[in-house]
Amino acid sequence: MTRADVIIVGGGLMGAATALFLRQRGVSVILLERDLVGSHASGTNFGNVRRQGRFLPQLPLANRSREIWGRLPEVIGEDAEFLPSGHLRVAFSDAAIGKLEAYARDARPYGLELELITGNALRARFPFLSPEARMASYSPLDGHANPRLAAPAFARAARRAGAEVQERTEVLSIAKSAEDFLVETPAGTFRAPILQVSSGAWGGRMAEAFGEPVPITPRGPQMGVTEPVPYRIAPVLGVASDVTEEGVYLRQVERGNIVFGGGLRSEASLDTKRARLDPVNTLRQLPYLARLLPAVRALSVIRTWSGVEGYMRDDIPVMGPSAKVPGLFYAFGFCGHGFQLGPGVGATMAELIATGSPGVPIDPFLISRFAASEGDPR
Amino acid sequence: MAGPVIVVGAGPAGIRAAERLVEAGLRPVLIEESARDGGQIYRRQPEGFTRPHEALYGSEAAKARALHAAAEALRPRVDWRPETLVWAARDNALLVNAAGRSESLPYAALILATGATDRVMPLPGWTLPGVTTLGGAQIALKAQACTIGARPVFLGTGPLLYLVAWQYLKAGAAVQAVLDTSPFMKRVEALPWMLARPGLVVRGWTYTRDLQKAGVRIATGIMPVAIEGDDRAAAVRWRDATGQDHRTECDAVGIGYGLRSETQLADLARCAFAFDAGARQWLPVADEDGRAGVPGVYLAGDGAQVRGADAAELAGRLAACAALRDLGTAVDEIEMVTLRRRLAPMTRFRRGLERAFPWPANLAAALPDEALVCRCEAITAGTLRRAGGEYGAPEVNRAKAFSRTGMGRCQGRMCGLAAAEVLAAARGEPIEAVGRLRGAAPVKPLPVATEAAP
Ligand SMILES: Cc1cc2nc3c(=O)[nH]c(=O)nc-3n(C[C@H](O)[C@H](O)[C@H](O)COP(=O)(O)OP(=O)(O)OC[C@H]3O[C@@H](n4cnc5c(N)ncnc54)[C@H](O)[C@@H]3O)c2cc1C
Ligand SMILES: Cc1cc2nc3c(=O)[nH]c(=O)nc-3n(C[C@H](O)[C@H](O)[C@H](O)COP(=O)(O)OP(=O)(O)OC[C@H]3O[C@@H](n4cnc5c(N)ncnc54)[C@H](O)[C@@H]3O)c2cc1C
Repeated sequence: MTRADVIIVGGGLMGAATALFLRQRGVSVILLERDLVGSHASGTNFGNVRRQGRFLPQLPLANRSREIWGRLPEVIGEDAEFLPSGHLRVAFSDAAIGKLEAYARDARPYGLELELITGNALRARFPFLSPEARMASYSPLDGHANPRLAAPAFARAARRAGAEVQERTEVLSIAKSAEDFLVETPAGTFRAPILQVSSGAWGGRMAEAFGEPVPITPRGPQMGVTEPVPYRIAPVLGVASDVTEEGVYLRQVERGNIVFGGGLRSEASLDTKRARLDPVNTLRQLPYLARLLPAVRALSVIRTWSGVEGYMRDDIPVMGPSAKVPGLFYAFGFCGHGFQLGPGVGATMAELIATGSPGVPIDPFLISRFAASEGDPR
Repeated sequence: MAGPVIVVGAGPAGIRAAERLVEAGLRPVLIEESARDGGQIYRRQPEGFTRPHEALYGSEAAKARALHAAAEALRPRVDWRPETLVWAARDNALLVNAAGRSESLPYAALILATGATDRVMPLPGWTLPGVTTLGGAQIALKAQACTIGARPVFLGTGPLLYLVAWQYLKAGAAVQAVLDTSPFMKRVEALPWMLARPGLVVRGWTYTRDLQKAGVRIATGIMPVAIEGDDRAAAVRWRDATGQDHRTECDAVGIGYGLRSETQLADLARCAFAFDAGARQWLPVADEDGRAGVPGVYLAGDGAQVRGADAAELAGRLAACAALRDLGTAVDEIEMVTLRRRLAPMTRFRRGLERAFPWPANLAAALPDEALVCRCEAITAGTLRRAGGEYGAPEVNRAKAFSRTGMGRCQGRMCGLAAAEVLAAARGEPIEAVGRLRGAAPVKPLPVATEAAP
């Protein structure tokens, strides 16, 4: 098949989920992925399925996504190790306490109920937390999943539903004829009247080629994992702080390892397609991890890694129709928080493409927000 | 580029590299993870142990003594850092961890002499207590004056198989059998290459003769089936070259199929890798003198290619010459030409060893689905095959992502080569098509309690 209703460029979680949900709406799809599905940000991320702490107008999209995470077996035939075991944001300072309180209040109208826990109650419920922890905001229905499994599972489900998924097929250029996008790859030309750019950190280059430059920077969040120990820590833990270095997070997987990340990010290269972890950042993370979870000091780190993620200047993604080219859609630049959103983004983009309406508000994410600013957006 | 020359590894390659740098008036940093210098073959016994060199190193005693003396003479003239692990690399700097403190050391040039480790092929029962690698069995003897058992079986292939069995025999162990997967004919066919170093061929032959004289059963061209035992190794089941099944009782098993170059640091230092068909391993690319593709990085010894200890000494010196020259110090061409010339037969001998004692890649396909491949993460051959089949992983990093093979404490150093064979066989592809596991820091586990030096 070289022609379809929709071509999706990029097989991360966004592209794979959009492909599946388009098929469920009877739309024919070709998904073109340069490497292997989910081998970049979608397969290397921390695995946080967290809503609390997000940009508030993004919560409807995050809620939609959370609902899909909860029924993955029905949607894709497997659970991608999604564990709705809760998420704790932990405050060590007055400033952070104030932020947690304000967020809990402001998130409620969006249907996100957060429980603020302090003092002895905090220690009684989560005895593994540092005694220095002053307050935690508990989001009981958030959790975590295995990023290495999620996007490939969505792509397999899309394929079973009839999508054409082409891996190791790099999109070299895209032209627009009167009715179709002509997508050049080493495997030949593919065409479709509708095209979605969901090429992650590489999305900026494609948008620019369509005359819509955006301020996007590739960066690599720093990840690591310890040796396994008995499973004791159900919720994902994260530090609430405005100081970048302090902002570490961790989760224990059921088989016992503690996965962690946060703090300073390393440089990432769109050309080599790699974000090289800086081991100095790992050393910086360690004391903050130990402050959050003192028992972790007894463990050893066995592996570290990073991945290429696209960060927008305003820290929210690009989603929705092009402001310039009819039939063109964007979903990229998820600023380090797109894993949780992935299933919801797929459902929303599919609905938008198939019906013309996204189903949840996405106005803050439209690419037109950059065209409005003066001069070169970068 | 600022900083000193850093040599990683104080085995034969690293010591001779450091020595050559000192001769040129430099004060290199010499980093070694172990407490003492010597490396693998010339590994030293702990302080306070008093066995003489002859007892420890046999025919190699003179070389061991010379190397240890050279290392001692160097001590005041190098920045000697024992019990220091290089756990990561950045641009022109290494991160080293000693006594719970991590420090960043910039370098003007880096000589990696990280050596090799045992190469293992899993088989059912290989994780039972009482089963060690051949190298581990030898270290027990050399470093600690202990044996792995009173009635061991040695299983695998390569010169170390016979050497370790012989050393155990000399130490008074009742060696139950030496089981070699390589057919004897391979040795005959490889003779033209092996004769590049006739002395070694003769020595290997004397080990075999001594073992036979002592009544030790030696079988070649065998196929290992399983190691059996309830709570520890009690017997080895194997098939002989005629297809007949055997069961040899024992109380310990030493396994090994040659050596694999320890290449993780070269990977972290961003060296390019190429598939070496003879070694059936991806190796960092270097020129004849040891220059890696990355400016300022040099490779020497078994970590670059397994040519043995004598070659490691020469290659260490040669890499130091190359580094000196590139840093602008004059090095007499005759010295380098001589070193290259002396290395040539050793390279040829290495190719002979690969022919005589081939890595038994075929065993990977025969491994039962329930057998463990990755022992850190307890991943079976069946799970790994499913990653390559049903889940379509075309290469080892993808198979790791799906199955966790190689994700544990050892980061695939133990199982990586075998796992690649299992994956390639399951997919019906040549081994080079499934690639190699990308290295990631830390080279070995890094305690969370590690402090960062300011
Ligand atoms: C280390 C790390 C940790 C993170 N932690 C979290 C977390 O805990 N929680 C969370 O919610 N989010 C997290 N994120 C963010 C999240 O992973 C991303 O926002 C999300 O996966 C983005 O998905 P994507 O599909 O847009 O991008 P990607 O997964 O990067 O997919 C884009 C795809 O496009 C392909 N592509 C690019 N150019 C071309 C081309 N020319 N032709 C064909 N294909 C092309 C790429 O090969 C790639 O596979 C993290 C990200 C990283 C890197
Ligand atoms: C277990 C074993 C037993 C062997 N026994 C024999 C034998 O009996 N006879 C024989 O002829 N050959 C033997 N060999 C082969 C022989 O050891 C080598 O040919 C020779 O030692 C190679 O010298 P080298 O300097 O290249 O490496 P090595 O002697 O292996 O030295 C490498 C050194 O680098 C250090 N190192 C590695 N990585 C790091 C790091 N990240 N940080 C700090 N230090 C590091 C290691 O601790 C080691 O001391 C054996 C090999 C092994 C693995």
